[in-house]
Amino acid sequence: MSLLRGEGMTGGYGGADILRKCTIAVEAGEIAVIVGPNGAGKSTAMKAIFGMVGLREGRVVLDGKDITGLSPQDRVREGMAFVPQTGNVFAGMTVEENLEMGAYLRTDDFSGTMEQVFELFPILKDKRRQAAGELSGGQRQQVAVGRALMTRPRALMLDEPTAGVSPIVMDDLFDRIVEIGRAGVAVLMVEQNAAQALSIADRGYVLVTGENRYSDTGEALLANAEVRRSFLGG
Amino acid sequence: MEDILNAVVLLSNFVVVPALAYGSQLALGALGVTLIYGILRFANFAHGDLMAFGTMFVVMATWWMQGAGLSIDPLPTALLALPFGIAAAVAVSLLTDRAVYRFYRRNKSPAMIFVIVSIGVMFLMNGVVRMVIGPDDRSFGDGARFLIKVKEFREATGLSEGLALKLSQGLTIAVTVAVVVALFRFLQKSRTGKAMRAYSDNEDLALLSGVSPDRVVLFAWAIAGTLATIAGTLYGLDKSFKPFTYFQLLLPIFAAAIVGGIGHPVGAVVGGYIVAFSEVTVTYAYRKFLIYVAPESWRPEGLVQLLSTEYKFAVSFVILVVVLLVRPTGIFRGKVI
Repeated sequence: MSLLRGEGMTGGYGGADILRKCTIAVEAGEIAVIVGPNGAGKSTAMKAIFGMVGLREGRVVLDGKDITGLSPQDRVREGMAFVPQTGNVFAGMTVEENLEMGAYLRTDDFSGTMEQVFELFPILKDKRRQAAGELSGGQRQQVAVGRALMTRPRALMLDEPTAGVSPIVMDDLFDRIVEIGRAGVAVLMVEQNAAQALSIADRGYVLVTGENRYSDTGEALLANAEVRRSFLGG
Repeated sequence: MEDILNAVVLLSNFVVVPALAYGSQLALGALGVTLIYGILRFANFAHGDLMAFGTMFVVMATWWMQGAGLSIDPLPTALLALPFGIAAAVAVSLLTDRAVYRFYRRNKSPAMIFVIVSIGVMFLMNGVVRMVIGPDDRSFGDGARFLIKVKEFREATGLSEGLALKLSQGLTIAVTVAVVVALFRFLQKSRTGKAMRAYSDNEDLALLSGVSPDRVVLFAWAIAGTLATIAGTLYGLDKSFKPFTYFQLLLPIFAAAIVGGIGHPVGAVVGGYIVAFSEVTVTYAYRKFLIYVAPESWRPEGLVQLLSTEYKFAVSFVILVVVLLVRPTGIFRGKVI
């Protein structure tokens, strides 16, 4: 039984279906990666699991509870967190305030969680009084992930966390994401850098035109000659 | 030396003090406009008439209190009546939001629709105010007139020029400082204030963080109604209460909000003073000032007034046009309209 599971998801933004009987699942403490060509519905699948895209068929289950009917905000309350690809920080607010906003729904003392985020991303501690909009792309992604972690989510969803950052920063971000996974969080992400993402993934999903084409462990997908040829550029 | 001092006192009396008071009133008005823009994302044309609406209740409550013999002399009774006006303005703001704006918010209407809707609300409020209290000038100020009198100032300093500070002006500046400090503390420190800033900064992410849009909108209207009533009452005490004047105030208030950078609270305050000082300095007659500071041979023949006071609104217009052409984001990089 997976912690988070989108089952037989069919739907889209009104009109034609983008997703067709697509199934994605991730276990606690695991990293699952969705890869595939442009327009395959990777981001749409993420958004569907988070309740930002309406489903015509299928359901989303979190820890055995059907959450298909819940709004994104209610899913945050249930222990999910989502880092959008763009506009994922409050640019005019300081790093610390960004993290505080992440913990907006928490009524308990969240200073411990903020310390954990600062341990994971030490640079953010130095820059905590600086506006998030003034940071570099990589640091901004760290703020975005940090903000999402402030609710202590059981499932963390990342939409292309390494988009637009340099290769060195990208490696570092992937290391951090592995750390988050090891801490027991179920991590689901969409990645443009498919080969590298699959190398850290416990489970990989290759989507084509909104359907599951291959689903296997990250290792097996990397070893699959056909997957390599068609989707990983050789 | 005495000439220079006289010139400074003269300018303080006719330019600095009036502009500070007027600028404070504009700043409070512009804060309301900028807040609504930041949260609801439209320029609220009904803000001037919201000021008139709230002030009208203050005026009526003041009359009632005066009739009942209530007084806080030497302070104006209007201060005592202020909470009634604020309550009325907040109530009518929330009512219009519920009855009008919410419908368009749920339909995700474009900002232009909201602007036009707010013009409708403006006419409605304007009509209600005129029906209830009439279109004429209403005086409601009482209490002491001056904090510093010209004659006393002259006697105390021995200068030939005098400085007057009306109680209404001193009150305006003091209340503005208190209100602005309180508002900024609220926005910077409180949970709800931060949620409002977050919502204004990035609506989608604020929703993902669990910020409730209804609550943020409610606070925005409540604060806008409060600020509008305070600004309107201070303006009314300083000058007089006439509904049409409040409608006209919309232009300098918009200019102030846009100069500072709309959606940016600090910008609204700075913008208020920029517009006020521009208006007053451009329409002031510098003849007497030049007589003090310039050599005898340069003594001016005319009034040395750049613009007649009837044209003071042109100043706001020019500022508005120049800012929109040269730096549409305003001084503090607000949003582009």
